[in-house]
Amino acid sequence: MFYKDVNTVNPVLEVKDLRARIDDKEVLRRVKLSLSPGEIKVLTGPNGSGKSTLARTIMGDERIEVVEGDILVDGESVKDLPPEERFRKGIFLSFQMPPEFEGIRIGEFLLRISGRSGPEAIREMKEIAKELGLDPSILMRELHRGLSGGERKRVELLQALFLKPKYVLLDEIDSGVDVESVELIAKKVKELVDGGSAVLFITHNPLSLKIFSDRPVLRMEGGRILENAG
Amino acid sequence: MRTLGKIDPSLVEEISRKKGEPEWMRRLRLRALELFEKLPDPEWLGGLDELNIEEMVLFEEVDVRASSWDELPPEIRKFYEEMKLPEMEKRYLAGLSTSFDSEMVYTHVKKYLEEKGVILLPMEEAVKRYPDLVKRYFGRIFPPAEHKYAALHYALWSGGVFVYVPRGVKVEFPVEAFFLISEELLAQFEHTLIVLEEDAYLHFIEGCSSPQFRKFSFHDGAVEAYVHRNAHLKFTTVQNWGKNIINFNNKRAIAEEGSTVEWVEGSFGSWKSYVYPSVILREKARARISNFSIAHAGEWKESGAKLFHVGKESRSTVTAKSISTGDGVSVFRGLVRMNRGAERAFSSVSCDSLLMDPQSKAFTYPHNQIEEPSARISYEASTSFLSEEQMFYLRSRGLDEDAARALIATGFLSDVIAELPPEYGAVFRRVLEYNFRGSVG
Ligand SMILES: Nc1ncnc2c1ncn2[C@@H]1O[C@H](COP(=O)(O)OP(=O)(O)O)[C@@H](O)[C@H]1O
Ligand SMILES: [Mg+2]
Repeated sequence: MFYKDVNTVNPVLEVKDLRARIDDKEVLRRVKLSLSPGEIKVLTGPNGSGKSTLARTIMGDERIEVVEGDILVDGESVKDLPPEERFRKGIFLSFQMPPEFEGIRIGEFLLRISGRSGPEAIREMKEIAKELGLDPSILMRELHRGLSGGERKRVELLQALFLKPKYVLLDEIDSGVDVESVELIAKKVKELVDGGSAVLFITHNPLSLKIFSDRPVLRMEGGRILENAG
Repeated sequence: MRTLGKIDPSLVEEISRKKGEPEWMRRLRLRALELFEKLPDPEWLGGLDELNIEEMVLFEEVDVRASSWDELPPEIRKFYEEMKLPEMEKRYLAGLSTSFDSEMVYTHVKKYLEEKGVILLPMEEAVKRYPDLVKRYFGRIFPPAEHKYAALHYALWSGGVFVYVPRGVKVEFPVEAFFLISEELLAQFEHTLIVLEEDAYLHFIEGCSSPQFRKFSFHDGAVEAYVHRNAHLKFTTVQNWGKNIINFNNKRAIAEEGSTVEWVEGSFGSWKSYVYPSVILREKARARISNFSIAHAGEWKESGAKLFHVGKESRSTVTAKSISTGDGVSVFRGLVRMNRGAERAFSSVSCDSLLMDPQSKAFTYPHNQIEEPSARISYEASTSFLSEEQMFYLRSRGLDEDAARALIATGFLSDVIAELPPEYGAVFRRVLEYNFRGSVG
């Protein structure tokens, strides 16, 4: 501990005084946040308070204009990087409402974005699908096309579990799913964090809030994160 | 090579004489030339107003290839470099070399075909060696009078392939004509004629998904197929010609009683393209036309299908997919005709367009002619747009803009890709990805 290399920066995702606009409407007002591997932070708040906007701004949605502030990954600003490069830096966003893709199979997509191939990768993928209560044949289905709301959420989580990114933003991964699924999702999220990821868990599901009540809970309102909420 | 402002009878005579053709062929050419002069420009010809095609028509006897690597346009050179093909194959595909390294492989394909009694010959040779057989079909399936440029094709045709499959013979593997007999398929006015006798089967693959450079900028080829009773022809074309080319392709099959004809047609390349495979269906015949095209910025791609239901209970299916990017224009033109007596005939046409950019365009012009009250036609069309949300999603999963667009295109065309032999499908995907590289302005 004493001889810790001075050049090693602590791995952390930091949002600094972030102000952002959509079509001239201020949607984020001086948001501060930090997220480190091994940590789950819960983000809650009413509809329209800016939770998704915050997650999407971190991911690099170009339709949201950052007016002020910064987003740092491991000490380096990613504010001017396109989403694909932020992904390469370890940021992953699970979409609240993922779009549908014709003719793109889930399994092939996962191989593509992970850069992996071969039977071992496929075996692992199937295993994760099963653990999430999905039939492995789902890997042959089209990405989010014709899937139920609950299946979509789990397919998003499947990707996170397969990729094991450093910073995982889960946007209402627990909405529109049954009670057992909420519990299962919470369990898998804990595993992800135990494996070394950091998770921002955006939710307003009472059960999830209860399950994660021992973790820091942040509350958002009108584009601001309120201190000491929860 | 010479450029011709005017194509006259003496030129046509000269072509015929040089080829040592029989009298009937010489006359056919001259009649076609007369038609060409008489016929007006087809009124459906979109996107060409500013051009005088006649002035673009070059006539060359043999060498349509580039003569050196340096002569190839930079984008084509870049393609071959990036595909990391072996030097030999690269030169061959680029049209620089006429012999292919793995000729050995194809020698025994040829031997197999010979043993089965299949005739596979350059068209010119077939005219001489099997004059009666060729005469019975040549120009009778796709008539020169169809339109002005069909007539021009018949006046100037040169190159192409003749395939004859005897009764009951089923050729078990796809015949990739490009590798067997590419010289003839590289021509400007090539004419291919395929005859399947009763109960025969053939899958013929024409073309190649690698980009092909031609010295000419106007292509006007034709394929005629006669499919006898209960025979089955599948004809696949994947064309990726240079971006300088205006491409006409006149394809028609006659499907006799109980037979099946499938046209699978794809076009990556060319600048403007007009391709409408057609089938005449007799009793209980089946036809399936499946095509895709991609119109990048500045391009105009027309595809479609023409179906003439003559016989009872004949059935046809058309699946057309087009992708437009930038200000590219895709046009679908379909004609389904139900003749009186085509009882309970059925045709189903579906036409899907994907628009990748706000300026991209797609038009569909389905046209039905129904004379038979018990015949039915179903038509479905859809237009989808690449949304900003889809782009953001794919980019958030690590794909850059070009890769994301290529993936969307691959997904949209996935059912067409599934129709290709697997090794072809793999090349297809790579070419598709290449096609979208740097496409974002
Ligand atoms: N694409 C958009 N165009 C215009 N306004 C938007 C858009 N997306 C979100 N907003 C606005 O931003 C604010 C925050 O929305 P959002 O982040 O989705 O809230 P939450 O996820 O907390 O429900 C809302 O006022 C919403 O109307
Ligand atoms: Mg939200």
